[in-house]
Amino acid sequence: MQSRVPEQAQDAGERLYHFHGGLNLRHNKAISCDAPLLRAPLPPCLFIPLLQHAGQEARPLVSVGQAVLKGEAIGQFESPCTGYVHAPTSGSVVALAAQAITHPSGMDGLCVVLKPDGVDQWIELKAAPDWASRGTGFLRQRIRDSGIVGLGGAVFPTGLKVDEAKESAIHTLILNGVECEPYISCDEMLMREHPGSVISGALVLQAALGARRTIITIEDQMGAVSQSLGTVIERAGHDSIRVVRVPAVYPEGGEKQLVQVLTGLEIPAGGKPSDLGLVCLNVATAAAVADAVIEGKPLVERLVTISGNGVQHPRNLWARIGTPIASLIDCCGGYSSNAARLILGGPMMGYALASDQNPMVKAANCILVLSDDDIRPAQAEMPCIRCGECARVCPAVLLPQTLHWQIRNELLDDAAGCGLNECIECGCCDFVCPSHIPLVEWFRFGKSEMRSLAAERGRAEIARERFEAREARLERLKHARRQRIEEKKQALLDDAEKKRRIAATLQRVQARGDAARNPLAGTKDDQGPGDPGKP
Amino acid sequence: MSRRFDTGGAPHVPAQGTVGGVMLQVLLALCPGILAYTWFFGFGMLFQILLSALLAVVFEALMLQARRQPLGIYLNDYSAVVTAVLFALCLPPLAPWWIACLGMFFAIVVAKHLYGGLGHNVFNPAMVGYVVVLISFPQALTQWLPPLAIAPEHLGLLDTLSTIFTGQLPPGLDWDTVSQATPLDTIRTSITSGQTVLEARQSAVFGDFGGRGWEWIANWYAVGGLWLMWRRVISWQVPVTMLGSVILLGLAAYLADPGSNPSPLQHVFSGALVLGAFFIATDPVSGCTSTRGRLIFGTGVGLITLIIRRWGGYPDGVAFAVLMMNMAAPLIDRYTRPRIYGQ
Repeated sequence: MQSRVPEQAQDAGERLYHFHGGLNLRHNKAISCDAPLLRAPLPPCLFIPLLQHAGQEARPLVSVGQAVLKGEAIGQFESPCTGYVHAPTSGSVVALAAQAITHPSGMDGLCVVLKPDGVDQWIELKAAPDWASRGTGFLRQRIRDSGIVGLGGAVFPTGLKVDEAKESAIHTLILNGVECEPYISCDEMLMREHPGSVISGALVLQAALGARRTIITIEDQMGAVSQSLGTVIERAGHDSIRVVRVPAVYPEGGEKQLVQVLTGLEIPAGGKPSDLGLVCLNVATAAAVADAVIEGKPLVERLVTISGNGVQHPRNLWARIGTPIASLIDCCGGYSSNAARLILGGPMMGYALASDQNPMVKAANCILVLSDDDIRPAQAEMPCIRCGECARVCPAVLLPQTLHWQIRNELLDDAAGCGLNECIECGCCDFVCPSHIPLVEWFRFGKSEMRSLAAERGRAEIARERFEAREARLERLKHARRQRIEEKKQALLDDAEKKRRIAATLQRVQARGDAARNPLAGTKDDQGPGDPGKP
Repeated sequence: MSRRFDTGGAPHVPAQGTVGGVMLQVLLALCPGILAYTWFFGFGMLFQILLSALLAVVFEALMLQARRQPLGIYLNDYSAVVTAVLFALCLPPLAPWWIACLGMFFAIVVAKHLYGGLGHNVFNPAMVGYVVVLISFPQALTQWLPPLAIAPEHLGLLDTLSTIFTGQLPPGLDWDTVSQATPLDTIRTSITSGQTVLEARQSAVFGDFGGRGWEWIANWYAVGGLWLMWRRVISWQVPVTMLGSVILLGLAAYLADPGSNPSPLQHVFSGALVLGAFFIATDPVSGCTSTRGRLIFGTGVGLITLIIRRWGGYPDGVAFAVLMMNMAAPLIDRYTRPRIYGQ
């Protein structure tokens, strides 16, 4: 059984499988696909967050007043795998200030505030058209140093992913071009307009990972994409790259679901696709890798979809990291009169932003402005009627209504036993719930409660260990002291014994002497107590 | 230049349905069956439904008031009306008015609100109400009407109304001429008196494959039920396993001894089996939620119904079977959790 698994994984994409549940959502993608790609103009000021993915904030490498060139490193992460933050244009640093950083929590963070000089002057680019002969070490180094993260929205450092995959035998690279969330079309536009970058990125990544082949997955209805990718692949004769069209079911773009669709296998709980010899990366990430490795350009801009009924002219833009969202909206004709909610990401999993002064970040694949009619009205939550629709659509095969009940009743261990941590927060259950229970919010709450509970238990465990260690140490000391006393006693006893024996010998010697001198006396003395027999 | 927005948790798009919407679809799906019932058995059932629904809404409102729950939201979910209609469909069309009062009191006040209201009841409220009146007043619950086609006397609209509210038949009629045993009753009494099922089937209360009239009402219930299934308001597991288990086991018994066991079709098309399979046992609140759990639940209801029909003290057993499986549902759910992705 165990040996069959990798074999099936090696056939990834040969036939398509199903995943449990999911939804057929209205795509709403066409509205942003008509307008041609455009590079957003330079704003008066860029706010580049030093924290754009999980982990620690980067350490700023620049000081106020310093002039920087486009692509210059302005922040460095402590972890070597996560690399640098780069200046998105040339200009001067006007401040290092805490401000909104487009974080899901809405928190503030340190930003490098950059005033563009309008020249947009690159640093000296170290192009490497001969990358194929440079070895995997060079490729990995370039990927790490160029600040590349997963551009599908999860922003996991790509360098780290590539380095980690080194441990497993990777046979297939999966490039994810399945944008299953409604409205988002930036990957579709990228593949349609720049298929060459995606293919080059695939080749570089394939080499860096030591993979034999690449599968580019796209949605069924992306006919134009299939054509443009196919043309490039055919012209260059890359027979290691295949384009696979999969039916668009939300949340098929999720890594776990995509792997299941392509292989029929599930990523083991707590595991990674690399356990099956697979690595999943977003197509935009691949294009960024191509730019970084071949042209030497670090990640300073990305394609972003500006869409929704709250925007006048939805379209896709090349936007520099750090551009305030307001200026990107202006670039699309501004808000329409009924704009009601600003979302980073899609309508199912994106997070609402409180202000359009938040800067563009690497995670932003879509900036969605929904109108009043599109968002869920504030409505009373009804009790769960156990209809089971949530379980039917759950791609992780969980029982959301059971988890909801467990979290509400603070049965966190039970919820953990029922797989709360396997929830991918796709929102399918929320969408179908007739009682309008905010299930995903409950699950996020439950997960954070579980984390704090685990931390608390960890602290209690440490305290217990400390207490036990102290008890053991005291016991050891007590024991040692007792032993010392014993030894001393023994030594004293030995001393007394020695003295007694010496005295006895002396006595005997004396007695013998006496006897020699006086043979009549001493018979009685010879029978002295315990003659040890040896002098 | 800067603009602020209200925030909210994902998903941001409106949810698909509402509880009220689900219940309304159930009511709509019951309509063909109710019309067929009226066609075959007269106006009695319409009055029972209206009376029960009215009482259910009144009890629901009173209990919501007492429990300090918002009236508007909960009355709009139509769950009380669904309970009332299902309860009424179990009654004989001429059952006296206080039967509905008592049944609805136990259904809405006791079985539903004393257990915590919508979504918290352990037992199917309609079946609790029905079983209470069935056990307490067996006499009133056995006065069934024959189909109009074979009835010696027809009651008009006003006569029906006055019979329900006064308990007295119009002058010149007595219960012996107006009422008649149901097909299931007929089979039961004839088997106990030593007749075979085939002999019993000579009675006019039997139709082509089930009870006369009943078989067509059942068909119309099934049409509504299939529509609900197509609309994904109910899942296929419970109806299929419930009807399937009755058909399979009924067929086995029939083949083994056709003299004392009615054919499986007779089982399916008489009594409350089809109504139960599509509308009662599929109640999500008191049933199982997992897929495998629903398979077990439906099979259980089917088997217990058959056992009660064959050996129990009542001619039909759907209500008891549903309540018994309601008791088992939490345990079944506990042991039929699906395998989680990756585990």
